Amino acid sequence: MSTDIATGIPESAARLRRSAVARRSRRALAVLLLGPLTILAGLVWAVAQPYRIVFLERADRGLYDYLVQPPLLVGLVGVVFALVVAPGLVEDLESEGDGSEA
Amino acid sequence: MAPRPEIAHWLTGSVCLLLGLVLLSEALVGTSVFRRRAWRAYLWPAIALGGGVLLWVIVVFSTFSPMHLLAHAVWAQAAMIVGALQFAVVRGKLTSPRWSLVTSGALFLSGLAFILHEQNPWLYSRSAFLHHAIGWVVAVAALFPLAEALRPRAAVWRAAFALTFVVVAVLLYADRDLAPIFGHLSDAATR
Repeated sequence: MSTDIATGIPESAARLRRSAVARRSRRALAVLLLGPLTILAGLVWAVAQPYRIVFLERADRGLYDYLVQPPLLVGLVGVVFALVVAPGLVEDLESEGDGSEA
Repeated sequence: MAPRPEIAHWLTGSVCLLLGLVLLSEALVGTSVFRRRAWRAYLWPAIALGGGVLLWVIVVFSTFSPMHLLAHAVWAQAAMIVGALQFAVVRGKLTSPRWSLVTSGALFLSGLAFILHEQNPWLYSRSAFLHHAIGWVVAVAALFPLAEALRPRAAVWRAAFALTFVVVAVLLYADRDLAPIFGHLSDAATR
């Protein structure tokens, strides 16, 4: 191939591509962090108010009191998001980036 | 056995939190990426519609107070209308961004229902405080879909709409059937 035809990538285009990749990876990181941060919020809440974790107290309470407590629910929502929603979303975000760069 | 109101509120808070995270992730990655998988595209309409159906179940158990019954019926209806609307948007049957006005109206109506059905003042009890707070948060949040209808490309409105559900979830998690708020608890509230 003649080097007269195949020229280098213009600097501005390369910069734009780099910033697009950086923006995409920041978004992917943000999506990946949503779940763990929610789980962390649940853990912090459980430490701050341990009496809400009824099964640790061995108290004689109803099933709802054992299972349906806010720190547990927050942690559960975080786990569901982190395992079910986030991975596929990041995969699609990255594959879109590959597609647009090709 | 029917759960206590605070437990129903905590479960509703969990649905709101999940919805908030889902909508926030959509705002982060953009709608085109988010809707690439069909199940994900239908998540928000399905949660809204399913939440509406569950709220009708609460309506059935809210016979102790006509105000509670009416308020829960308004929320159930609003959630089902928004869910059906979002299904049509995802299916491509509705394309105009102006359809966000329906979501805005439903949120405003829901906020009003929160404020109006709480007859006690803000510091009567924690539950009364939270009802007032959630009502105003939801009523003001009606501005976000309104803004999205007028400026559909601004992602900030979608993010603000998503964060509204996270805030509502935090407020619902803070609910107790009987608890003081900032050291205040009306004597009448102990009945």
